[in-house]
Amino acid sequence: MEKYIWLIPLLPLLGFFINGLGRNVLSKNVISLIGSGVVFISFIFSVLVFMNVPSGAGAEPLIIHGFDILNFNSIHIPFSFQIDALTSLFLLIITGIGFLIHVYSAGYMHLDEGFGKFFSYLNLFIFFMLILVMGSNFFMMFIGWEGVGLCSFLLIGFWFKNRDYVGAAKKAFIMNRIGDVGFLLAMFWIYKEFGTLEYTEVFASLTTGQISAFAIGGITLLLFLAATGKSAQIPLFTWLPDAMAGPTPVSALIHAATMVTAGIFLITRCNELFELAPFTKEIIAWIGITTSLVTATIAMRQNDIKKVLAYSTVSQLGLMFASLGMGAYVAAVFHVMTHAFFKALLFLGAGSVIHGMNNEQDMSKMGGLKKFMPTTHTTMLIGCIAIAGIPPLSGFFSKDEMLLSMFLGNKAVYAIGFIVSVLTSFYMFRLYFMTFGGNLRQENAHPHESPKSMTIPLTILAILSIIGGFVGIPELFMQNAHRLNQFLSGVVAPHEAAHTVSHLTEWLLIGALLACVSVAIFIAHKMYNGKVDQEAKGFSKVLENKWYVDEIYQAIIVNPVMGLGNVLKQYVEKSGIVQTVAGVGSFSYYLSKNIKTIQTGNIGMYILLMVIGIITGLGIFFFGMF
Amino acid sequence: MIPISYYLFLSLALFTIGMVGVMTRRNIIIMLMCVELMLNSVNLLLVAFSKMHHAKNLGTEAGIDGQMLVLFIMVVAAAEVAIGLSIMILFYRKVHNVDVQSLNRLKH
Repeated sequence: MEKYIWLIPLLPLLGFFINGLGRNVLSKNVISLIGSGVVFISFIFSVLVFMNVPSGAGAEPLIIHGFDILNFNSIHIPFSFQIDALTSLFLLIITGIGFLIHVYSAGYMHLDEGFGKFFSYLNLFIFFMLILVMGSNFFMMFIGWEGVGLCSFLLIGFWFKNRDYVGAAKKAFIMNRIGDVGFLLAMFWIYKEFGTLEYTEVFASLTTGQISAFAIGGITLLLFLAATGKSAQIPLFTWLPDAMAGPTPVSALIHAATMVTAGIFLITRCNELFELAPFTKEIIAWIGITTSLVTATIAMRQNDIKKVLAYSTVSQLGLMFASLGMGAYVAAVFHVMTHAFFKALLFLGAGSVIHGMNNEQDMSKMGGLKKFMPTTHTTMLIGCIAIAGIPPLSGFFSKDEMLLSMFLGNKAVYAIGFIVSVLTSFYMFRLYFMTFGGNLRQENAHPHESPKSMTIPLTILAILSIIGGFVGIPELFMQNAHRLNQFLSGVVAPHEAAHTVSHLTEWLLIGALLACVSVAIFIAHKMYNGKVDQEAKGFSKVLENKWYVDEIYQAIIVNPVMGLGNVLKQYVEKSGIVQTVAGVGSFSYYLSKNIKTIQTGNIGMYILLMVIGIITGLGIFFFGMF
Repeated sequence: MIPISYYLFLSLALFTIGMVGVMTRRNIIIMLMCVELMLNSVNLLLVAFSKMHHAKNLGTEAGIDGQMLVLFIMVVAAAEVAIGLSIMILFYRKVHNVDVQSLNRLKH
């Protein structure tokens, strides 16, 4: 296995160079073949890794040492890979879904002039994401972390001629920087406390118990700050909805399936650290669930199809963080996986709808697309059912596991999680009915089904959304069928509490949730099948305007900073620095104006002065006047 | 042998004449001549002292080098005069007189 692991990230990097350098030379077919091909080969290797990876309880991770990035005195940072069950699972998600989205992009972007550039960016993203999950130390993860942030920036601002899109790209980049500061500080702190950045060494020295609780609390909080940036949690979540300015495949790949789950990966990777920081876990749970609730309510009143999905993504990530806060790491990773399937499916479906409607994103102008786009319709319906958590689709299993962990950990968090799940099914079916139900509301549109290269990935993702949940069947239905728990048990200790609840309670919880979800879907059908929202008033206007979070940030952060800048500009720059510099100039001008009167231009005068000077000098020299 | 003080006084007189000439006259040719006069008065002094030095140490090479140096100075001075005169000719072509007062254009 060591022989080919390094090929997994190398191939997408190679694709990036070939497509990036040949973007004007190669034909679109060649570019899409190379772009998708390298990811597909990586996927095959990832499958091989997945089959051979040491998994199960007590499995030792495989460390593959490449070379040293830094090596002097006491600092020693190698470029090396750590392959274990968690990594191999993420490798599958990244390369598998990445490949499907590459294929889809070949159809979606076929008219775009930046086709080669787009594919090279996508390949570069895959490369950095693989580095992020494969690295064996925090530094490697940081390289990937920054790299995916860069690719996200480049792809959000892909259509850079639109100023709004450029603004969205900058917003994403700056907000991520705030999180990255947390990552950097956490790294420094880890180095100071542990003297190394290798995961295995850091976690091994935790058992000696020499690290103070304060340091662990601080490190975990800083790591969580990093996670809130990348995974769009309060207070840094506003960039993700704006990030939908990028092409739809990008939204599916980066801003739904892979990059935004980097925060979950980070916390799961460091679960041994977080287990020792109960305070941080409490904060993670509450931030996660609050984000989830806030964004779920916003999603209920958005009319832009991609915005709904974006807020839904933030909301689902919030649920994952809440269950991380409960210590249910496997449940969160499980949901990362199923969410990657159905959210990529939903985004690609939305992209297919947008493609068919000639770049129309407003759902209030759609409707009745069921008969024009049968494949897109069916697959989108599967995606909606999956995310709503209706058995036996994948969303049910992962969401049930997360909610159960919340129920056991904190009843208040569970109550909010319950509400969020109901809201999720409501807004997803609102989206479904507004898009596909009723009749077409725009007369001059000619919707058409998308080409094969787009519908085939949709179909594959739909199948995955249906069956993806069976890797984690809870004990309620079948004994010892939770394959994921067993698979990851070498990385994450299984959640002990899951066995303490009686089957009757579990049945009750599932039953109550499903009843509420069905009612929500029914209400969505009543309200939105062929109809659109009325003019928003009161509270729904607040939701439509996203709780005014952007405006609040504008008022309490952006404006004061700009104000401070203006004050500095006015009073420090203009009246301070400029006055001082100009003062030096005008003072010397004033001085020279008086001195220059002796510059008469009369040469006889100059010589006289020179003679006087020489005589004075000689006088001083010989007679020592001073 | 003529005492050294004679040379000293002659040289001082020549130097003073030259200096006063440079300071008071406006004609640039006369000023250049006065500068040459000052230079040669110093040359004279140099020859006189080196001769005296040699006379004190007859039979040795002491003081020879000073007299050699004077010859070199005269060669350099000749070159310098050539440059000075050519500058003056150019100057004359520009302003059509030899009055040094018309050399004050940099002031304005």
